[in-house]
Order: sequence, then C-alpha cells, then structure tokens
Amino acid sequence: MGTISLKNVRKAFGEAVIIPGADLEIKDGEFIVFVGPSGCGKSTLLRLIAGLEDLTSGQILIDGEDVTDVPPAKRGLAMVFQSYALYPHMSVRNNIAFGLKMAGMPKSDIDAKVAKAAATLNLADYLERKPRQLSGGQRQRVAIGRAIVRQPKCFLFDEPLSNLDAALRVNMRVEIMQLHQQLDATMVYVTHDQVEAMTMADRIVVLNKGIIEQVGSPLDLYNKPNSVFVAGFIGSPKMNLISGAVAVKHTAATIGIRPEHIALLGTGGDVQGTIVLTEHLGSDSFLHVDAGEAGRLTVRAPGDYLGKPGQAVSLGFDKARIHRFDSQGKVLV
Amino acid sequence: MATQQTRSIGRIAVAPSVLALFLWMIVPLAMTIWFSFLRYNLLDSNPACSLMTPAALLDEANRCLAGTTNYYYFLTDPAFFKAMRNSLLLVFWVLVISVAGGTLLALLLDQAIYGRNIVRLMVIAPFFVMPTVSALVWKNMMMHPVQGFLAWITKSMGLGAIDWFAHYPMTAIVIMVSWQWLPFATLIILTALQSFDEEQKEAAQMDGTPPFSFFWYMIVPHLARPVTVVILIETIFLLNVFAEIYVSGSGGRAGNLPFLVYQYGLISNDIGGASAGGIVAVVLANIVAFFLMRMIGKNLEG
Amino acid sequence: MARAVSTRRKLFFTALSWTIAFLIFFPVLWTVLTSFKTEGEAVSIPPTFLFFDWTLENYAVVQERSDYVKFAMNSVYLALGSTLLALLIAIPAAWAMAFAPGKRTKDLLMWMLSTKMMPPVGALIPLYLVFRDLKLLDSHVGIIIVLMLLNLPIIIWMLYTYFKEIPGEILEASRMDGASIGKELIYVLAPMAVPGIASTVLLNIILAWNESFWTLTLTTKDAAPLTQFIASYSSPEGLFWAKLSAASTMAIAPILVLGWFAQKQLVRGLTFGAVK
Repeated sequence: MGTISLKNVRKAFGEAVIIPGADLEIKDGEFIVFVGPSGCGKSTLLRLIAGLEDLTSGQILIDGEDVTDVPPAKRGLAMVFQSYALYPHMSVRNNIAFGLKMAGMPKSDIDAKVAKAAATLNLADYLERKPRQLSGGQRQRVAIGRAIVRQPKCFLFDEPLSNLDAALRVNMRVEIMQLHQQLDATMVYVTHDQVEAMTMADRIVVLNKGIIEQVGSPLDLYNKPNSVFVAGFIGSPKMNLISGAVAVKHTAATIGIRPEHIALLGTGGDVQGTIVLTEHLGSDSFLHVDAGEAGRLTVRAPGDYLGKPGQAVSLGFDKARIHRFDSQGKVLV
Repeated sequence: MATQQTRSIGRIAVAPSVLALFLWMIVPLAMTIWFSFLRYNLLDSNPACSLMTPAALLDEANRCLAGTTNYYYFLTDPAFFKAMRNSLLLVFWVLVISVAGGTLLALLLDQAIYGRNIVRLMVIAPFFVMPTVSALVWKNMMMHPVQGFLAWITKSMGLGAIDWFAHYPMTAIVIMVSWQWLPFATLIILTALQSFDEEQKEAAQMDGTPPFSFFWYMIVPHLARPVTVVILIETIFLLNVFAEIYVSGSGGRAGNLPFLVYQYGLISNDIGGASAGGIVAVVLANIVAFFLMRMIGKNLEG
Repeated sequence: MARAVSTRRKLFFTALSWTIAFLIFFPVLWTVLTSFKTEGEAVSIPPTFLFFDWTLENYAVVQERSDYVKFAMNSVYLALGSTLLALLIAIPAAWAMAFAPGKRTKDLLMWMLSTKMMPPVGALIPLYLVFRDLKLLDSHVGIIIVLMLLNLPIIIWMLYTYFKEIPGEILEASRMDGASIGKELIYVLAPMAVPGIASTVLLNIILAWNESFWTLTLTTKDAAPLTQFIASYSSPEGLFWAKLSAASTMAIAPILVLGWFAQKQLVRGLTFGAVK
C-alpha cells in the first residue's frame, strides 16, 4: 500500500507564501511527477510529504493515516536527494545499511537485504568503497539502494538526475522506470525537466508559483493543456503561443499551436512569413519563421527539408489542433 | 529550513553556551561597574564595603559610596595619561609596522620562489612564541646593552651599544610586539592573495593590463577586506597587551592601560580605582569592537 | 598554466625572501642555539654561532631547578581541559546554529563574538576577588573554566563555519533513515566534521597554551603553566641565559610544531571566517 493524499496543504515562510493550498490524491503504485520551473514550490511540496518541513496548515495522509505531525523517519518513506546526500565517511555497504541499523534490524537480516539491493543495482563489486571513489551514476545507484532496502511505502525523488551528464541521465531514467515496474511501489518524482516528466510519469502534476495548474497523464497534458502555462511548459520544442489579431480571428485572447501542427503550404494558408533560422535534427527540421503580426513561430518540417533562411513560406494551421485561451490564460472550450 | 521539532531541540542545544557566555560577560562587568563607585581598598579599615546591603552603603557613616571619585582620581592621575598614551602609541606603531610590513612581505612571498614553504614556516614562527618567552628573549638575548646580540651588531658597526629597555622602553616594546604580530598580518594577507582568482589574473593579462595598474585596480581592492580585518583584530589584541610589559619589567615607563589597572588593583589593592580603570578600558575596546562587528557582520551576509 | 618566470627574477626574490625570513626567525633560532651552550659561551662577545661545545646540561638543570615537567603538565591540562570542555557545549550549539537556524541566529553569533572583545582588565578585579573567596586562585578547575569561556566564542564560531560547509541534505537523509538527533550528531555529523573539529582543537590548544593574562594573574604555583614558569626567569637571580634559553625552547617547541601544522586553521579561526 502506498497512497498519499494532500488536503489543502499550505506552506508559508513568514510573509512569503510558497504553497497557497494544494490538494492531491496519489494512488498506490503510481509514478507521479511534480514538474515546474525553478521556484514553483515542487521541492517544497516533496519535502512537506517527507516531513522535512512543517505544514503551515492542512493535512497529509499516508495510507489514510494522518502523518502531518509524524517525524520523517516514521512515515515509512524513503528519499533520494538531488546531491545524493551519501554519508561520505561510510562505505557503500554502510550507507545502504544505515537506515536498517537505525531501525535496530539484526545484522544477518541487514546483510541479506544489502546484498539483494546491491545485486539489483549492480553495486555488488563496490560495497566496500567510499562514495568519493564512485562515479556519478554509481553514487546515484547507492542513493537509490539506500532507499529500496527500507521497503518504504513510497519513494520520493528530488531532482535525482540533475547532477548527471546527458547520456547518463537517459540511462538512469530507464533504470528508475524499470525499478518502478519491479518494485511496484508508489514513487513521487520532482524535476524541472519536462522531458523527464513526459517519459517517466503515470501522471504529471504541473506546478506554477505554488499552485497546481493541472494534473493528468502525459498525453492528457500534451493534448489538452488547460492553461497557457501548461501549454507552454509541456512539449519540446515549445508550443507556439500567438496573441493579437490572429488570436481574435479565433475568438480567443491567445491561441496555441504546436510546431508539428503547422503545415508548410505553397500559397494561401493562415499566415505568411520568412524563414529566419533552420535547425536540422536529422529526423526533423525545425524552422524559425518570422510571421509578421503572429510573431516568431516554430514549425516542424521533414528532416530533408531544403528551405534556406530568407525564403518566404505560407503556414497552414491544423484547425482541430488549435488551443484557445482566454485573457486569464485559461483554456476555452 | 527545518521543522519545529529540530528548532526546539536547537534552542536547547544552544542554551548552555549562551548561558555560560552571558554570565561570563555580564557578571564580572556588573561587579566592576559596582566596585568602580565604591571606596574599596583591600588594605582599608573598612574592606567589607563590597558586602554591604545597598541601604548600609548609602549610610554616610560607612563612607562606602565613592560616587565618581574613583573615576575622577583615575582619569586625573598623571599615570593614566601616560598609560593611555602608551596604549595608543603601541597600537598605532605596531599596526603601521605589521600591516605595511605584512603587506610587502605577503606580496614577496606570493612570488615564485624556491622553498616557499620553509620561508613561510620561518616567517610565521614568532606568532607561536608565548608572550612571556618573547619578552625575556628580546630583553636579554637580543637587546641587552652588554651581551645582547643587537649590541654586538651596533658595536661592530661602530655605533656603540644601545640600552633599549633603559633608554627607549617604548621602542623596545613596539619592536617586540611587532615581531609577534607581523607574522599574523603576513599570513592573513598572503592567504587572501593566494585566493585571488587565477582566471581573473589571466583575463587581465589578455586585456594587456600593465603590472602597476593590475596591482592598483585588482590586488588593492582584493586586499582591502583582509587588511581591515587584520587592523581590527590586532587592535583588539594590542589594546590588551600585558605579559610583554609585565615580564620585561618595563611597566614603569612603558606601561599601558591594562598594566595600570593591574597595578591599581593587584599591587596597590585599590579595587575601586582599578575598577574605574577597567571600565575605561572597556569603553575604549567597545569603540573598536563596534567597527569590527559591523565588518564581520557584513561578511556573514555574503 | 602560468607563464614560466624568468630564473633570474626567481633567484632574486628567493634570496630576498630567505634573508627577510631568516631575520624574522633569528630570535627563535638564537634561543634554540643558546640553549645548547655553556653559560660562559652564551654571553660571549663576539657571539659564537655553530662552533661551540654543544651541551645538554642546561636542559637537565632547568628540569632539576624549576621542575619544568610540572609546569608543562599544567600547560597540557589547562590547554586540553579547557578545549575539551568548550567542545562539549560548543558542538551542539554550532550544530543548532548551522542546521536549524532561527531568525536570531546571526545576532546570537555576533553577540557571542562580542564577548571576545571584552578587555580582560575589565573583568580582572571581580574575577580575582571571586576566585580568592572561592579558593579558586591557583587551581586547575578555576583557570580551565576561565580559558574555556575565553575561547568558547572562537570554538563555536569555527565549528559553525565548518558545519556550514556540510550539506544539510546529508543530515536530512539521516533523518529520513530514522536517526534521532543524538544519533545524527554522533554517527553522521561528527565523523564528517572530524577535520574541522581537529582544526578547532588545534587552534584552541595553541591559544590556551600561550594565554598569558589570566595565567599570570590567577596562578602562582600549583596550577601555573609554562607562561608563569618563564616569567619566573625574569627575576634577577634567574638570569642565566643558557638556562633561560633551554626553558624557553621547551616552552615554545610543542606549540611551534602544532602551529606550523595549523597555519590555515589559524587564519580562519582568528578572522572568524572572514578570510579563508
């Protein structure tokens, strides 16, 4: 079991309100990702769940039990920190075993659990090393190992991949997802990287200035963002957001259209523009088009597209894929 | 960032230190202030003044309350002026010598030289010599008018021997104390120099900055902070120089404020007068401390 | 990579700095040399440098006549005692201020520092009288407490700057792992802070060892450390330079060695972290 519910959770440091009031239900076994720009309160929300910060008001329930005033260690959670937070003076073995020792588990049981975790995470050969003798990826695995031996109800990850280089990040992403399938445990994962969120999550929670903007599956958020903020945050390259006369034509304050939903036409189309820049990724090409009053738009073209900067193009919007928002940034249905 | 629980444990953890320091700071100071208004001499016929109830003290018959008399006598004592002058002279000259010398020496030691570590060790050594040792070594082996090493040098140069402690006691004390504090200034300024960002140096080279401009526009501002710290910390310590004067026996002519208070209290047993002197010293130190605290406080922000 | 410095320039600076360093170091060197001379040679003019009859006699006489070992042991007791006592109450305080800071933590730190600014003469008279009445004059306990209080602000301050460098996440991790505050201090913080604690201890041993206001005014014989021992040589009948040198060498040697190891910490400790 590992359900978590936040009921009107509020956090303020003196005058500064970090989270004005959040409600969320996390289901058992779910992989849920908190995503948002830096300073949006996603880490604070995670630390509130962990018990590392006090709530200003509201309630946190784990498995239906109120843990609002329960100290971190008694909540049955485990956390993987951004800096890994390994104990530098302890061997890998002792790092993984520390929590079990604190719980007073017999030594033979500890050894067995550590051995099992080490095998799962490919750390068996490194158990006697100190953290400083390990690579970034290995340290990351030790941090995860320290979490899994305690068989927590839920895992908390605080931007765990942000200190790794790009290639390693992709590998670790896959490893964590596999781990989730193996353990079938609830995981709450914080990141500022929307690609991580899209690829890993069962459900994504988008936060903006401490407020939960939208909760949903990755494709839900991609296809039906309910605000300009979510529309702009999810998806890479970013959705084109157009306001002014072009938006008014669609009876909206702002319209959004993704690069892949704009077609390059010979003539006609919704707007005309000039290519400013082309990015060739091989599989696709992204064109930056100066489209007059519509502003600068990103358009996806085939990988072998030959258009050069300076060339005039006509752009046609896929009518069914236009997202319309009101002046408050909320979606219009 | 912490929870309510850790914060309350934190308060308990800080309590013993705060309590100890609070008592240490407030009790002796309060007593000194109290004594400074009493006619209180250990050799006096009425030594029990300090133990009387306030009512008994106010009774004219006991003649305990001295009002500001102690301050009056202390501040008008010619010895006070001399001690004050000596205190300030000592602080001033040692500061000049140690800061100017320390900066030059630090700049020199920051150059590429052979055996820098050994040079560093030799330079820092005097700071670790206990004040009583330094007083005796300087008074006897270095500055003795007949057998002292300096006497031998001046005589060999045909200048004749100088009896430092007899004729120039202040100069002798300044030389001795500077010898102890020059290494401190050098070490701190050298540490600051070595923390100078290597890339900034290289950027300046790329910009074609001439050496003097580099020194003036880059090094000098970089040294401003450590030099200020050195000045303020040395001032605090130098105002309190005691052992060097006491052990070298030059208190009569080169005695400073702490020495005078010691004389009043532990030699003449005039507790009231000594306490008044102590308060004067506290006021003086607080003026310096005020600036030092602001300085360190600013660093704490950064 | 810095540019190669011309050899001539390097030689010039080397010669200059070695000369200055030698002059600064000379009184210490001279003291050590004199301690191995006979009394006659110690005062001979012109002075002898290396070519004299080396003797250890002075060291034996100093021990015999003025009981060096007793004073040295007192110095050790006072330095270690005051430092350890201070650590005991300083570690929790520094932990709290570094990892569970409140709104007034900075003010508290500054206030602690300000106690250090208090000139000792301001407290001399009452302390002397209180010690006299409590029979603490010339006692180990009394002087250990004074030295402890004297160095407590520096110890707390130094530990605080070292603790600040330890990432809070590691302590939080131990909290998630179920460590109580006490276990967090013992198993996680203390081992990680060992280098910082060691430096703090080192600097404070040096300061306590050389402290010569309170040790001169509050001790006479039984609890008197080496500062008093040397001061006793200032009386006329004690003026035998070779012996004075031997006594001095023994008084400064241990701290000179410790001090050379502690240069970096010294800078940090004495500037209250303003220069690192």
